[in-house]
Amino acid sequence: MQIHPTLIACMNCDTLSQRPSLMGAEQATCANCGAMLLRAGPGLQHLLALSLAAAVLYIIANVFPVIGINVNGRASDTTLWGSVLSLADHATAPIAIVVALALIVVPALRIGLMCWILLHAQAGRRAPLFNFLMRIWAGLHPWSMVEVGVLAALVSIVKLSGLVHVQAGVGIWAMAALAVLLTVLAHWDTRSLWPELAGGRR
Amino acid sequence: MNTPSRAADAGLCGCPVCGLVCDGVADPGRCPRCHCELHSRKPESLSRTWALLTAALILYVPANILPVMYTQSIDSGSAGREDTIFSGVIGFWQSGSWDIAAIIFIASILIPSTKFIVLAVLLVNARRRRVRRPALQAQLYRALEAVGYWSMLDVLVVGLVTAVVKFRGVSEAEPRIGILFFGMVVVLTMLGTLAFDPRLLWDSPSRHPPHG
Repeated sequence: MQIHPTLIACMNCDTLSQRPSLMGAEQATCANCGAMLLRAGPGLQHLLALSLAAAVLYIIANVFPVIGINVNGRASDTTLWGSVLSLADHATAPIAIVVALALIVVPALRIGLMCWILLHAQAGRRAPLFNFLMRIWAGLHPWSMVEVGVLAALVSIVKLSGLVHVQAGVGIWAMAALAVLLTVLAHWDTRSLWPELAGGRR
Repeated sequence: MNTPSRAADAGLCGCPVCGLVCDGVADPGRCPRCHCELHSRKPESLSRTWALLTAALILYVPANILPVMYTQSIDSGSAGREDTIFSGVIGFWQSGSWDIAAIIFIASILIPSTKFIVLAVLLVNARRRRVRRPALQAQLYRALEAVGYWSMLDVLVVGLVTAVVKFRGVSEAEPRIGILFFGMVVVLTMLGTLAFDPRLLWDSPSRHPPHG
């Protein structure tokens, strides 16, 4: 089998182009269909810093309540996990699994994977299980929904504010910041790691 | 490059995980660099997408007819109310929050129904001998990929509201079965979008045997 490191194939229309070398925030798009071909990313150090910050925010977003309400002096609040449990408690249980994946499991995997791979890349090494983890990474992206969770929390607050006294919890702020960081990290084109790190054949 | 040459025509295949372009791969093959499975086109793309789309359409009926949430509060007396997706939007509209009503309308009604139509159009066109304006359709596909998951909004709202309103006897909220169907519609249409191979829009069936 022959490889062609100087070419790149568009995943949207299969057009072949010469692989460009990109710098800084440059991005290459397909001349035929306009889809993104390749993106240069921030340095690994930047990405590692963002990933570690995301890890901290993730913990805050999951430990602290997202919304709290107050009815006649009785208070109640919920975390993200609480909303999963509430759906799991009824006939709607199967969808609780999807919500748990989208808000809790997939974001955790993304952050964990990123930290693991970048900490090793930082030391000039290929992380153990690199191939396997990168394949998982490629599949995770569409199922991470923290940003939808932020909007859902805001909608819930408006919905409840007509009936009861509502306050936004610490969790919602952490989620909002986390959504921003995850979006920045998702912008990173992990394919740029391969030429550097795939040198040592397994 | 004046006439764009295409990987499949040149007997090449690009890896979706690491981006390496390699040669003479059996279909399915394995990428020599990252060992992921390689397909020149996503396997059985059209029939898989049709199947997922049909399943989603069937579930779309109970998702819209059945209630998604039950709420009961002190001021409305003992009689609780059950909301469907649509009555939820109307409720926001009537209470004066037209902005929230618009957001929910877009996420829960506009995006799913547009998705059905666009996916069906793409599926029909991918089989055509000559696809008209493939660039526009490729853009539509990328838009589907980008906005599809926002439809989960209502599911997450029901989860949060029912989790926080739990004052037994005073005010309670419970999820209802409609939200399960609605969530499944969103998941199925997302899977359908992923199963569709946009490269088929650029393949002319006179040169290639139809894939899937």
